[in-house]
Order: sequence, then structure tokens, then C-alpha cells
Amino acid sequence: MVDYIIETDGLTREFTRRGKGRETLRKTTLRAVDELRLLVGPGESVGYIGANGAGKSTTIKMLVGILVPTSGTVRTCGIDPHRERRRLAAQVGVVFGQRSQLWWDLPVRESFDILAAIHQLPGAAARSRSTELIEQLELTEFLATPVRQLSLGQRMRAEVAAALLHRPRLVILDEPTIGLDVLSKQRLREFLITERREHGTTLLLTTHDMGDIERLCERVLVVDHGRAVYDGSLDGLARAAGAERTLVLDFADATPDLTGIPHTTHLGSEVAGARQRLAFDSEMTTAATVLAAVGERAQLRDLSIEEPDIEDVVRRIYRASR
Amino acid sequence: MTLTAETDAIPTRFAGYRAVLASRMRSQRSYRSNFVIDLASSGLVGLIELAEVWLLFHQVTVLGGLNFTQVLLVFGLADMCYSIADMVVGHCDTLPKYIREGTLDVFYLRPQPLLLQLMTSDISLRRLTRAGIGLTSLVIALCINDIHWSVAHVALLVLTIVCAIAIFSAMYIWAAGVQFFLIQGAEFTNAFVYGGRYAATQPAAVWSLPLKGLFGFVFPMALAAYVPALRLLDLPGPAGMPNWLAWCTPVAAVWMWGFALIMWRFGVRHYQGGGG
Repeated sequence: MVDYIIETDGLTREFTRRGKGRETLRKTTLRAVDELRLLVGPGESVGYIGANGAGKSTTIKMLVGILVPTSGTVRTCGIDPHRERRRLAAQVGVVFGQRSQLWWDLPVRESFDILAAIHQLPGAAARSRSTELIEQLELTEFLATPVRQLSLGQRMRAEVAAALLHRPRLVILDEPTIGLDVLSKQRLREFLITERREHGTTLLLTTHDMGDIERLCERVLVVDHGRAVYDGSLDGLARAAGAERTLVLDFADATPDLTGIPHTTHLGSEVAGARQRLAFDSEMTTAATVLAAVGERAQLRDLSIEEPDIEDVVRRIYRASR
Repeated sequence: MTLTAETDAIPTRFAGYRAVLASRMRSQRSYRSNFVIDLASSGLVGLIELAEVWLLFHQVTVLGGLNFTQVLLVFGLADMCYSIADMVVGHCDTLPKYIREGTLDVFYLRPQPLLLQLMTSDISLRRLTRAGIGLTSLVIALCINDIHWSVAHVALLVLTIVCAIAIFSAMYIWAAGVQFFLIQGAEFTNAFVYGGRYAATQPAAVWSLPLKGLFGFVFPMALAAYVPALRLLDLPGPAGMPNWLAWCTPVAAVWMWGFALIMWRFGVRHYQGGGG
């Protein structure tokens, strides 16, 4: 039997809202998470994606014991998060992109010291771990700076270090790269890849940035209205959504619209047909076959292939499941 | 300063709380002029409270059977204990801010009880001056009043101070618990927390009957200062508050903490949505 790091079955969470004013007696029930079944094994890296309000944050709050499920079961690191929240806290690290676990008026270094004391980390272990994190996340230059004076990118890196100081087995990142510049994003991703490789840490991350998913996650879970509508690999997601690749073709001369090539869709033409866009289904045909068919009709000068946009893929998955 | 000392010992379970509190105190003192102004304004508030009592005795010579020096004893006891409670746990009434800013969710990620984290998340050192005014009033009142000191008197005084601090602290805790399910709940709870403090500094004999019920027994403010003060002064209590009641402040403290913890629990259950 595998000891799952995350194990939920029929996990459901409802919120009751009261109306305002005269409507105060009318209650409406909203199902934020609906019969979610999720099994995540040790060392897995799962991207948890969905539109705003799809139930991602609610799930995370249930996984760490902040919210109690309405029904269903949840075990995180083999622990019931609600009953044994404090025992679980030693094994889970959470980074909330929107809220800080550092003390805004203290230097970063002092926040780490306090967290080490809170987690009761032995002196040597705390020192070696914080040295490791400071090095890998490149925090040295602003260790003595109060948190309130850090840039967003610096603060996020410090937040990640704070959440990982006690060597959690499971790291949950809720929108970790929101608002970060390209370089900060890249540093953070590289760090997470290293952390996973060296410590076998399990990752669960929610994000709107598909670059995070592509770089960090081998498994994707898509939720819609609290329901899991897809659970599998990233490539499989594109296939399941029927997302097509697009060929951008540049011709030497103006060319009539390339319609009627098998398994392709003509998306549009520019510059009187000197540039055309063809979508093709990679399940049914190959780029080479399409190009051969195109070559029979016109003189090809240049081409490029566009990968499916994953936000678009999610929209397609939503449409298909509704 | 490195808190993880040069040993490899595992920090005790108190180390975390101590580290947070130490950092709060350091940061409050780090802006020296700011801190001095805070201290001064808090001391001023204490002085105004005291002046209020003093001015009252320009109009009357006796209030609820007590003269000025005797009321000063009630005031000193109550105000000092309240100010200490306010200094230590007064920040608990900012719980809605903790909820809004997500600080509370962060507490959930640490291996410590939520309420203890909340209580030790801050400390208002500026209230020291106000507690100092209370202490000064108390010491003066103890000196100028005609008290026949005995071991029992000293024991009662110490017991009262400890229990009164506990009672006022519990007022903040139950009020925090209520903030979980009342929007703008502070308006409601402040009436009891600050009203209770005010009631505690007055002789309960002057209270109207409903007030006697509320702050005599439901929230036992009379036991925080007035009843023990009567006993110290060897004065008979008003009807319904016999002299021996002075020794019941621990009962009052236990009752208030029981109530506070139940309200806190209700609040947390509501927040987590686990049913009341």
C-alpha cells in the first residue's frame, strides 16, 4: 500500500450565505468543493488549476486544517488535518502568495530565527537548513533588511524559505509567482526543482501562470465549480481538450487560402495570403504530412509552430465537461 | 541576535512564544521618540481616569459608603489590573484585522495552539505608564487608609491582584471569540470590556440593580476590586455582597476564563465551519 501524502475522498465543502437586509432569513448554499477525490503520492508535483472561485483555496484550507470539510475525508501526510493540526504543521509548509508569514517590521533573518524556535528546530539543524535556503534562494543581500522594505520578488523568496525552514514533506504554494518579474519567477522555479530533486518534497501548487505548471508539475488537476474535471499529465491535458497546434506559414508570394487539407483548419490569412495560420490535430496527422500538402500548393519560405495556450486548454476542458 | 544559540538543544515549547514577544518589545522600543510619546499619552489617559474620580469627590464626600481615599483603593486595584491585562492581551480585540489580513490562517500553519499564538502575538508596552498610575494610586491608598495589616490581608491583596488580571484578560478573550461571528462585533463587546473596567473602578453599592446583576455576577467586576477592598478596609458589604465574598475572586476568575474559552471555541468552530 502506498502511503499517500494527500488523500481525499468525497471531499466536500459548502458555504452558507445569508441574504442582506430583509433577505437575512434566506440562506443560499454554495458548494465550493464537490466530492473531490485526490491521491498524491510522495515526491509528486501537482499543479492545481482552475478559474477564480473554482475551489482551490478552499481545498488547500481543508488540507491544512483551517477549514473543516462538510463531508468526505481528508488526510494529509497520513494525518487528519482538523484533529491534529499541530502535528501536521510540522510536516507541511504553505506559501500563500497573498499573505505573509514573516514579521513585517523585522529583518528576514530574525523572522527565520523566530520560526525555528516556533517549530522547535534543534540549533544545528536550523542553522544548516537556513544556510542552505539562504544560498539557494539568494537571500544574503537582504537578510538584514526589514520585510516591509523588500521588493515583492525578494519577499516571496523569503516567504518560501520561511515555509520550508522546518523541512516539510509537503509544500503547498498558493499563487507563488503572482506579480513577480521574470527573473524572480525563474529563480523561484529553479529553487523548487532543486528542492524536489534533493529532498523528495511533494509539491502542490495553484497558479494562473502556466509557465509554473510547465516547469514544475508533471501532473495537472483541473477543477471547475469544486469538481475535478481533469487529472493527468500536462500533455494529456492538451490532448483531452482537443487543443490543436498551429502552423504559421510564410509564403514567397500571395497565396490563396489553404482550405481542404486533411485534419487541418484554416484559421486566417494575412498580407493577401503571404502568411497563413493552419491548426492541425496532432493525434490525426503530423506536421510533416501537413507541410507536404502545403508544399504542393505554394512556395513555403518560413514556418513556426505555436503550442496550445494552456489557459485556452482549461477553457476547453470546462466547456467539454459542462 | 541569534535565538538559536550555539547549542544543538531542541528549543523548549516556550521558546517560540518568547521569541515573538521579545521581538515585539524590541520593535516597539526601537523608535525611541515614538515610544516615549506612546508612553506619555497612555499615562495621560490613566491620569484623566484618576482625575475623574477626584473631581467627583469635589461634589460629594461619600460615594456608595466610601470616602475618597477608600475609593482610591478600589480605583487603584481595578485600574492597575485592567491596564496590565490590556497590556498583555489587549491586542486580541483586533482579531477582525488578523482575519482580514490572513494572519490567523498563518497561525494555523504553526504547531502551537491558536489562542496562545494570538495572546502572545503582541504586547503593548506603552500601557506600562497607565499601569504605573494604577499602581501609584494603589500604593498611596494602601498607605493612607486605616488598614489593620495581617497575613490574611496581604494574602487577599496578592490573590486579588492575580485574579483581577485574569478576570480582565478573560474579558478580552471572550470578546475576541465573539468577533468571529459578529460583523462589527467590537462595538458590542467593547460595551462590556470597557464598561466592565469602568464599573470595576466604582463602588458597586452605587450601581443600579441590573448593573449589579451584570457586573456583580455575570461578569464579576465587583469581585475584581470593590469587594476585596471592602474586606481590606474591614467595611461591611452592601446587601447581596457579603464580606466573605472577597475570597471568591478565584471562583470569579475561573468562571470568566471558562466562559472566555467556550466563546473562543464557538468562534473558532464558526471560522472553520465545523458547526457550533
